[in-house]
Amino acid sequence: MIGKLVNGIIHGETRSIARAISWIENDVPQKEELIDALFEHTGRAQILGITGPPGSGKSSLLDRIIEQERKRDKKIAVLAIDPSSPFTGGAILGDRLRMQKHTVDAGVFIRSMASRGHLGGVAGATSDSVKVLDAAGFDLIVIETIGVGQTEIEVMNIADLVMLVLVPGLGDEIQALKAGVMEIGDIFVVNKADKEEANRLKAEIEYVLHLKTEDEKGVKNPIFMTSATENTGIEELVNGLHEYMQRMGENGTLRERRRRRVTLELKKIITAKIEAHVHKFLETGNNLDVWIDQILRKKTSPYKLINEKVIQILKELKEK
Amino acid sequence: MSRKIRILISKPGLDGHDRGAKYIARALKDAGYEVIYMGIRQSPEAIVKTAIQEDVDFVGLSLLSGAHNELFPEVVRLLREQGANDVIVFGGGVIPQEDISYLKEQGIEAVFTPGTPIQKVIEFIETNKERVLH
Amino acid sequence: MDKKSLIEQQKEKWENTTLKKVLQKFPEQKESFSTSSWLPVERLYLPRQMSEEEYLERIGFPGEYPFTRGVQPTMYRGRFWTMRQYAGFGTAEESNQRYKYLLSQGQTGLSVAFDLPTQIGYDSDDPRSVGEVGKVGVAIDSLEDMEILFRGIPLDKVSTSMTINAPAAVLLAFYIAVAQKQGVAKEQLRGTIQNDILKEYIARGTYIFPPKPSLRLITNIFEYCSKEVPKWNTISISGYHIREAGSTAAQEVAFTLADGIEYVKAAIKVGLDVDQFAGRLSFFFNAHNDLFEEIAKFRAARRIWAKIMKEKFQAKKEKSMMLRFHTQTGGSTLTAQQPDNNIVRVTIQTLAAVLGGTQSLHTNSRDEALGLPTEDSVRIALRTQQIVAYESGVTNTVDPLAGSYFIENLTDKIEEEVLKYLNKIETMGGMVQAIENGYVQKEIQDAAYKYQQEIEKGDRVVVGVNKFTVEQEKPKEILRVNPLLRKVQSEKLMKLRKNRNNQEVDKALQALREGARDESVNLMPLILDAAKAYATLGEICNVLRDEFGEYRESIVL
Repeated sequence: MIGKLVNGIIHGETRSIARAISWIENDVPQKEELIDALFEHTGRAQILGITGPPGSGKSSLLDRIIEQERKRDKKIAVLAIDPSSPFTGGAILGDRLRMQKHTVDAGVFIRSMASRGHLGGVAGATSDSVKVLDAAGFDLIVIETIGVGQTEIEVMNIADLVMLVLVPGLGDEIQALKAGVMEIGDIFVVNKADKEEANRLKAEIEYVLHLKTEDEKGVKNPIFMTSATENTGIEELVNGLHEYMQRMGENGTLRERRRRRVTLELKKIITAKIEAHVHKFLETGNNLDVWIDQILRKKTSPYKLINEKVIQILKELKEK
Repeated sequence: MSRKIRILISKPGLDGHDRGAKYIARALKDAGYEVIYMGIRQSPEAIVKTAIQEDVDFVGLSLLSGAHNELFPEVVRLLREQGANDVIVFGGGVIPQEDISYLKEQGIEAVFTPGTPIQKVIEFIETNKERVLH
Repeated sequence: MDKKSLIEQQKEKWENTTLKKVLQKFPEQKESFSTSSWLPVERLYLPRQMSEEEYLERIGFPGEYPFTRGVQPTMYRGRFWTMRQYAGFGTAEESNQRYKYLLSQGQTGLSVAFDLPTQIGYDSDDPRSVGEVGKVGVAIDSLEDMEILFRGIPLDKVSTSMTINAPAAVLLAFYIAVAQKQGVAKEQLRGTIQNDILKEYIARGTYIFPPKPSLRLITNIFEYCSKEVPKWNTISISGYHIREAGSTAAQEVAFTLADGIEYVKAAIKVGLDVDQFAGRLSFFFNAHNDLFEEIAKFRAARRIWAKIMKEKFQAKKEKSMMLRFHTQTGGSTLTAQQPDNNIVRVTIQTLAAVLGGTQSLHTNSRDEALGLPTEDSVRIALRTQQIVAYESGVTNTVDPLAGSYFIENLTDKIEEEVLKYLNKIETMGGMVQAIENGYVQKEIQDAAYKYQQEIEKGDRVVVGVNKFTVEQEKPKEILRVNPLLRKVQSEKLMKLRKNRNNQEVDKALQALREGARDESVNLMPLILDAAKAYATLGEICNVLRDEFGEYRESIVL
């Protein structure tokens, strides 16, 4: 089953790609084997994150970017993240509605993804899904974050670079700029630039960027003015995007970021795995209650017990 | 492992009456499902492409213009042609009683006409979801 | 401190004695009552202190500003409303037969329903038309079909309403061309095109082009008709579909008037004088079951529009301030269950429209939740109007419910709600902006969701659906459209394309293309030339699609 799926994915077969993402979303046991099997095929795609407040027109802008990239014959995959309801777990996923003219284009793959309780603007499954799309041969993989604001920094740890989309007239742009979202952007877009106040917003961004501590390599963050509805400024944006990526490759930023990404991912997954085991250990039988009683009755001292248990957990892990 | 049922809601054909489709989408979300909403004026081809990319378990089609006999079966046919054999298709809208048996023969597994309580749709999904577990 | 009026003193006494005693023994059915659209309703309404000046300013006389009591001084004493049944299905030949039948049954105006491909500017042989040809209306691909549709119907004698929006200019051109072939001059033509694109984005979905070029087409029509087809109603600004999508009564009025404001602004912006076109603006509303709320809604709508035209747009002519409207009974109130019950609903809704002072009315047929109406059902629907007109007596005096403590209160309340919305939309930067933000759609969807949830929970009774249901219902006879119709129309098109002068067609389409590129050109004459050369609807619209682009839905929930 996995062999067939892997084969389908590396041949860019839609059904296999889609099913693999479902496996990741549903956290099926075969997931790890799948990702490992795909791993040698990854590393070619460029990974772009798009973030920005609701109403900034991220999806419509993305729709235009896809149009441009398709003219350049690039294959594109999109992961569009929407929030799951914290109450019911349900979600309405509608971002692809704004990209519907690409639905029947075989060179475009769009997948809607519910956050399923994951915080940080993306879904828990996003990072591994990117690997699947990478292995499937997409040239550009775009992650569109939920877009609710300040806490959406996780996309930084998945994407090669992040585009921050802002619009004039939402009233909260100054706050957003102050709140540190600016830190995550590599490329800035003032969308709906046909509106009044667009230039003022641009000036404000320039000012905040000026305050920003110099980038690792002294790269200047570009600002683009676009209108997704009027289809203006898109070509410049896409050119700028490619130039920026090229520079990142040349000056070593990309390599560093990818190294940082692997670092963070390793730390995160290793910790998560051990933590899961620890939780299981603690919740087995009434272990915890017994130890608590032992400590409260002064039968043992806390650190003595803790260290004994840690050794026990590690032993169990080793046997596994 | 946390399995979530994913459902595509769409309107094939040209009719723009989306009150019902939007209600269903929202109510299914409230029932805990992940709903991919595709909106109005979709071709069967686009619906099927989306269903496959989104790897949905169910496809719900809504139509009020009377084109259901042509368009609903076309969605099922294209799904099967493209190997999506496990996707369950259901429909709703202004659909005369006598067309329902024809649509069922064509692989539309349930048809919900105006006035159907949402609970019926949820029951249908719950009783059939085991078949699409993967 | 104000002294309590005598009535107020008596009311307190009544509450503490008569009422209290009864309530203790027999509590009311619910803790609170409200209209169908959730406006609170009191137990009892009493006369309100109103100065004579206030009466004259807010209620006044029929046929005079602010038209609260109606747009004509005699209303139905002079002439009944136009009974206008929306009809059309299948081919032009079949619909032509239905129109002749309706006219022979005493109907006084025609109302053309087009199929969806026509409404979206696709020819019948377009792949996107599969399954839809002739289904919800008649299929019109070219002037040839339009000639058949009105064969034997003298266009100088009937008034024709056409439910057509995105390609309204094209269908109007077809109509003018048919009239000319009949020897009827443009100046004599009476009728209406719906031509209301904003509500298509909000609620109905048959849009083609983005807002900007769509508004240009609309103002082109305003300008052209004001000179060439002066008796034609150039737009029917429609709340009907907004209500069908689930809005409240107040939202229906608010969003419709907000659309109207946008059209007036657009026309003024291109240099038209408000009094040159405003008199040809007409409106189209829904009539639902909550009788008093609906009557109040119509009265409030008239009063608000008059004020907007006078104060905001500085209209001088009374005609420009008059809100004239067509009504259709509420399609979404019909039930598929026990369909004969719908006759009763339609009767109540007819009363609402008439007591609200409508200028024309379509009554729905009982079987429309099942499919296309049969001839029998259409006749009953028309008879319903005729019974209200000729037998009920409600037409004998003008605005009979004016002065009802409840109606006047409700009229004020709806006006208040509407003004709140209009102000909000204004601060958002106008209706186009509010639609693009999804604000309008969201307001409607929230109301629709709440409404449906109440039905699901049984808090809102729909007879035959969630109460008083029957187990098995015998299937009803329904009308079927020939499933091979697309083939028939496609063959017709093939022949047409072979037999017409294609050079002339190409020339006309090229001229249209060039005109489309120049915003200062009025496209109406160019479209008329193309129509007369037998360019098809799809061909004309495709030229405009190339030049204008296409609108796509982008707002979910």
